[in-house]
Amino acid sequence: MSERPVSLAGEPKVSVEQARVFGLAPDEYRKIEEIIGRTPTYTELGVFSVMWSEHCSYKSSRRHLRKLPSKSELVVQGPGENAGAIDVGDGWAAVFKIESHNHPSFVEPYQGAATGVGGILRDIFTMGARPVASMNSLKFGSFEHPRTRYLLGGVVGGIGGYGNCVGVPTVAGEVMFDAAYNANILVNAFCLGLVRKGEMMSAKARGVGNPVLYVGSATGRDGIHGASMASAEFDKESEAKRPAVQVGDPFTEKLLIEACLEAGKTGAIVAIQDMGAAGLTSSSSEMPSHGGLGIELDLDQVPLREANLTPYEILLSESQERMLIVAERGREAELQAVFEKWDLHAAVIGRITDDQRWRARWHGQVVADIPIGALADDAPLYDRPAAPPKTVPQSKASGAEKHPEPAKALRALLDNPNVASKKWVYRQYDSIVQSNTVLGPGSDAAVLRIKNSRRAMALKVDSNPRACALDPYLGAVGVVCEASRNVACAGARPVGITNCLNYGNPERPEVMWQFIRGVDGLRDASLAFGAPVVSGNVSFYNETEGHAIPPTPTIAVLGVMIDVANHVTQFFKNPGDAIAIVRTGRPSLAASEYVTIFGLDGGQLGAIDLKREAALIDGLVEGAEDGLIRSAHDIAEGGLAVALAEACFNPRAILGAEVELGRAGSASAVDFFGEGASTVVLSIGVNDVARVEKLFAGRGLEFAVVGKVTAGPRLKIDSAVDEDVAELQRIYEDAIPRRLRSGD
Amino acid sequence: MKWGVVRFPGSLDDGDALRALADVMGQDARILWHKDEGLGGVECVLLPGGFSYGDYLRTGAIARFSPIMKSVAKFAADGGLVIGTCNGFQILCEAHLLPGALTRNRSLSFVCDRVWLRVENASTPFTRATRQGDVLRLPIKHGEGLYVAPEDELRQMEERGQVILRYVDADGRESDAANPNGSMRSIAGVANERFNVFGLMPHPEHAVEAMLGGEDGLKIFQSIAGSER
Repeated sequence: MSERPVSLAGEPKVSVEQARVFGLAPDEYRKIEEIIGRTPTYTELGVFSVMWSEHCSYKSSRRHLRKLPSKSELVVQGPGENAGAIDVGDGWAAVFKIESHNHPSFVEPYQGAATGVGGILRDIFTMGARPVASMNSLKFGSFEHPRTRYLLGGVVGGIGGYGNCVGVPTVAGEVMFDAAYNANILVNAFCLGLVRKGEMMSAKARGVGNPVLYVGSATGRDGIHGASMASAEFDKESEAKRPAVQVGDPFTEKLLIEACLEAGKTGAIVAIQDMGAAGLTSSSSEMPSHGGLGIELDLDQVPLREANLTPYEILLSESQERMLIVAERGREAELQAVFEKWDLHAAVIGRITDDQRWRARWHGQVVADIPIGALADDAPLYDRPAAPPKTVPQSKASGAEKHPEPAKALRALLDNPNVASKKWVYRQYDSIVQSNTVLGPGSDAAVLRIKNSRRAMALKVDSNPRACALDPYLGAVGVVCEASRNVACAGARPVGITNCLNYGNPERPEVMWQFIRGVDGLRDASLAFGAPVVSGNVSFYNETEGHAIPPTPTIAVLGVMIDVANHVTQFFKNPGDAIAIVRTGRPSLAASEYVTIFGLDGGQLGAIDLKREAALIDGLVEGAEDGLIRSAHDIAEGGLAVALAEACFNPRAILGAEVELGRAGSASAVDFFGEGASTVVLSIGVNDVARVEKLFAGRGLEFAVVGKVTAGPRLKIDSAVDEDVAELQRIYEDAIPRRLRSGD
Repeated sequence: MKWGVVRFPGSLDDGDALRALADVMGQDARILWHKDEGLGGVECVLLPGGFSYGDYLRTGAIARFSPIMKSVAKFAADGGLVIGTCNGFQILCEAHLLPGALTRNRSLSFVCDRVWLRVENASTPFTRATRQGDVLRLPIKHGEGLYVAPEDELRQMEERGQVILRYVDADGRESDAANPNGSMRSIAGVANERFNVFGLMPHPEHAVEAMLGGEDGLKIFQSIAGSER
């Protein structure tokens, strides 16, 4: 068969200029001509442009991502499938991944965020795993920026609107406001699912002649060139890209979850993949290509929302809630019956072939005929030049700056949206459906029990763009440390990592340098903790008119605990308990919330000793397993003083604390509000202090008892702070609602 | 007692309700499929939370027309026990098996939280394991839980004891701040005139294990199980 593919009447002429419009470089266009040995059809050019977009091909990042450790004895599935998987015990594998939906969320916040949630859910249930938990990491511009409220309301509404309706709890997250994100917000969505080991589904097609089934929503014009949008900077016209944002239908997603998991149990599914970025094109090329096979698609069989879609539109549509399935030949009806039960239609739209070509027919004509490897695996690979920025952030610290009084600073920090309670946000998310949420939002890490098992998982998502801006390597190391520490504070051992690497334009050497240093940091910390990176996503081009976001690697860590009964929360429990501090090094004001809100110079980041960080994690996990730790709270935004206040905000009943940091008056701003090196605030029963000290001091870590928990709800630190905890909590809880009410 | 938990497309808390009844309480509980008309001889039907049929039109508006709801209406008319939580409550109102309606929260946003509820009538099949004035702690999670009914109907309902649960603070007092969605008269749960159909916005099925934040939901299910005829 040698039908020559043709462009259709009325389609624009294919040329190097048209390729440029689609985001392809002239060299890339010439490579396409070389690969197929002729001028591509308009449809083919569109298909190449999305598959070779940065978003789909990882052409700038792939060679660096290979450095990331992806193996351990617990890894069930590393990078290469739709998500990674880790053995969490008792026959279960946790399948998880985090992904960005930054560009669409900025253009259309509600639908952008909603479909971000939908997309990551499909990556999980595609693997045969039931999604059991979602998290998200959100970065907005400054609270005062006129667009921030609209974006905040839209994004939170979209995450809730979708997540609440599919019955997957949103159990943790982070929200940050910073002027650096005024023109490029970040929406990173995480999902984790559970599957019995050995029952995982794959996206690798096999079996020549096997039918290809299309399931889910019909195809419309929404989202065409979404992947290309995510692979370019924003400019003044970006608002006009709204049609490239997809619209979500969580009800159909819920039906798809149930139907696909039920269909998986029939054994008639050979391979399954969602139609995410680049829609039908990516799923139909990647599945056969990974199996060394080809495919022939009959586009006339694709369910459409409107009759007159062109093949180009059908192939590039990013309509949501669609899955592509390769079935065992002869068992189509069995699968179709399952989908009918859930009121979903499964249409046969093609066959697997052995010729390693990706061929699409429409109205009897071949409209695309491409060597399949060229789409899926042989996209261009770049080793883009990288160089540190010419102007390195310089510390001007003179030591003579004026610091506010600690008590005032504490109140100001608690009133800062980055430190304050995010309850306004997470109250809009169902965090309890599925009956697994032992510890939900508002804690260091979420804790989820595994039903019919004593085991539990702890989850945390984190980032620290200010530290990454000062030093992209140390910043990335610090983020992995912090997320892992949070999981360990809950009593779980970190076992796996997923990452979403948000950066600017990789064609600029200083952005590429930031990216490479970030990957290096991620690698080193992952190795130190024995927690491999099993999945991830890269989001480049987060910049507008030449201004990039600060480097923002977002890290999510999965931890496992042997017995859920030993989980630890951040809240003080009993009056009289000793309060102790464990740390791996000296705190620092660099990149702290304190210096940011008071306009001070925090200097440079301190070094991080990964051996000591790993020792701290070991100590925390062992202490929790032995039931020695009553509460553990990691010091983050706002430093020790804020951490102590938060530990007093026990939801059962607030408590107080009396703490002495040093000889009267010797403690300084860095002691109260420093962040930097890892520090954990513990509360311990007085009879267990010696054992806990041995646990940490025996590992070479600094351990000091600094005070005690009190029944009277006052927070006293040296002679500098003596505050009513109820009042502090009121400030902390009202900071975001107050700003939204008043419009200041 | 034999329980049936209805599974509509878009039901979300069906699995949680089944688990609460069967695994936690050891009751005989099964799923009832929305396309079926038979109730399989169950003695209590539970309509769970979720977004039945997506709830794109109006909460519960489509579900009330599903085949199984015909049987549920007949079952209720014959005196069978029916409980609807959250979306189940919305469906029961749409189906006119309960008075009133549930509209968009006063805040206009979804709310997930734990609330306090005062038992207003402890002599119903759904509350007899409690005492009048008891304060229960249950989770809520809904976008449309603002209960409304005409004033004269509300007055009659109060007189007949049909208001079963009210949102209160930890000390059992009604207040605007303790009313999470702006419901009229802080109403969180109501029964029909015969007291065999009960709807509530809170989720008793999500309060059956201490590890997950409380066990007060058991009191509702234990009341029903103890009402076995």
